Amino acid sequence: MALIEARNLTLENRLDSVSFTVEPGEMLAIIGPNGAGKSSLLQSLAGLLPAGGDIFFTGIPLHSFNPVGRARQIGFLPQFCDSAWALAVEEIVALGRLPWRDRDIYAIHQAMRETGVEDMAQKNINQLSGGEQARVWLARVLAGVPRIILADEPVASLDLYYQGKILDILRQHTREGRAVILAIHDLALAARYCDHFCLLKQGRIHAFGPPETVLTEANLSDAFGVSIHVDLAHSPPIILPA
Amino acid sequence: MKFSTITKKIPPAPALLLPGLMVAFLLSLSIGSAPVPVLAGLLDWLIGQPGIPALVMGEIRLPRSLLALCVGAALGLSGAALQGLLRNPLADPGLTGASQGAALGAASVFYFAVLPGLGVFAPLLAGLAGAGLTLLLTLWLAGSGRPALLLLAGLAIASLSGAALAAVLNFAPNPFAMQELVFWLLGSVSERGMAHFAFLLPALVVGFALIWRQRPLLAALSLGEQVAVSLGLDVRRGGRVIVLGAAILVGAAVATAGNIGFVGLIAPHLARPLAQNRPDRLLWPAAAIGATLVLIADMTVRLMPPGREIRLGVLTALIGAPLFIRLIWKMRREWL
Repeated sequence: MALIEARNLTLENRLDSVSFTVEPGEMLAIIGPNGAGKSSLLQSLAGLLPAGGDIFFTGIPLHSFNPVGRARQIGFLPQFCDSAWALAVEEIVALGRLPWRDRDIYAIHQAMRETGVEDMAQKNINQLSGGEQARVWLARVLAGVPRIILADEPVASLDLYYQGKILDILRQHTREGRAVILAIHDLALAARYCDHFCLLKQGRIHAFGPPETVLTEANLSDAFGVSIHVDLAHSPPIILPA
Repeated sequence: MKFSTITKKIPPAPALLLPGLMVAFLLSLSIGSAPVPVLAGLLDWLIGQPGIPALVMGEIRLPRSLLALCVGAALGLSGAALQGLLRNPLADPGLTGASQGAALGAASVFYFAVLPGLGVFAPLLAGLAGAGLTLLLTLWLAGSGRPALLLLAGLAIASLSGAALAAVLNFAPNPFAMQELVFWLLGSVSERGMAHFAFLLPALVVGFALIWRQRPLLAALSLGEQVAVSLGLDVRRGGRVIVLGAAILVGAAVATAGNIGFVGLIAPHLARPLAQNRPDRLLWPAAAIGATLVLIADMTVRLMPPGREIRLGVLTALIGAPLFIRLIWKMRREWL
């Protein structure tokens, strides 16, 4: 059974009849030009935007979950994260347990271990570099052990090392029947990590499926409005403006 | 498996704050123009034994100390809650328009003598209503905007309340009434009785309870509104509850004691290191520090040389404003 199924998601001026399914173990990349509706789609799935249409979680309508029940299943990593206060890393990761109303020390430390921030547990967040902070924000989501992680451009401002690191962690998360849906601009990087692609253009699905169906020169050139060269056979894959 | 310890090296907040508060309260009971045995006086007052010590303790010092304690706790707690909600360490009940609204409400009742049937409670209730109204106006003006906008909106509404208050003063029926009101606005916990305490205590309990239940929201809001919603929290409803709680606290405090500035700003700031900077753990330490600060300030007022008494609100403002400037100075350096 599909882990999540979106049917005719519609949001005024942003999304137009978007339908797709994500199976357990999958990593789905939402791609498309700026303003295509990537963030809107993720935020609708996370319950942050009131999109019309239906969302099913393991076959159950998502609106039948209460907000806490939904938060236990679906974790959301926003594009821009910050902490208003100089909190210790461990305290931030522990906030991921809020939907469970507990402070599960095992889950918190497991999340810190997976993201490699255990050694910084007692450090203040504002003492860390951007790449280290990115892993802390992700650890916060992992601590809630959600079945699905929605990540909005999680690697946008990171250097090459941390880009790979974050995507490795997300890929790891898709084991054990979990899934990840992420918005991403780096198509070549996405081609290395993601099983499925959802190419959005002006709020509609322009193409959906495995890399070889979606990441074609015709599809991408059409969606982005520039001529794009694609070589998926190359290792690592090459996707560049021609 | 190696788990790092959650507990910090800092001693737990209660160990530091409660003894300090107790000492300040007892000192406040023992300081005054006439030497009076504190415990004996209290005991006499409790068992209804007439006499000077019972009169001084029961009618003057106990209400004064209890009011200082409650006003300080209310201001510290509301400051901590508003700072957490707005994600801004510079949020002060005064910067959200609540204090001015409370002052305006209470002052209007003084002047226009409305709600005469309520007696001493009329200005108190009007102050509460004024604080609530200004906070709602501020929230409405800021919409769902960023915290910075909320502070600007608060400033705008505070100016509006200030203008209305000036108008009330302008059209004062006679100069004596005006003088009385101006003095009242400067803030004081003296010349008040147990009736004021009986009004303030329930407001403190209700405000505290409303805010206390929103601790998960305050914690989640550290990471922003989007994260809080995605964690399953009702930000809109919870935010309104916090604002309501803060309005009750500030409204009741200002209505009973006038403007006691900067306590709501400074108390959470001093409490933050004891709460590991967590806005949800900040609440009662900020209340305890606020109470201690106002008790100390009120004792300072009483220890000043006799003659023209400096008002409590004037003293806290004279001490608080430089601290506020220092806080901004520190933040400026952090942003450079």
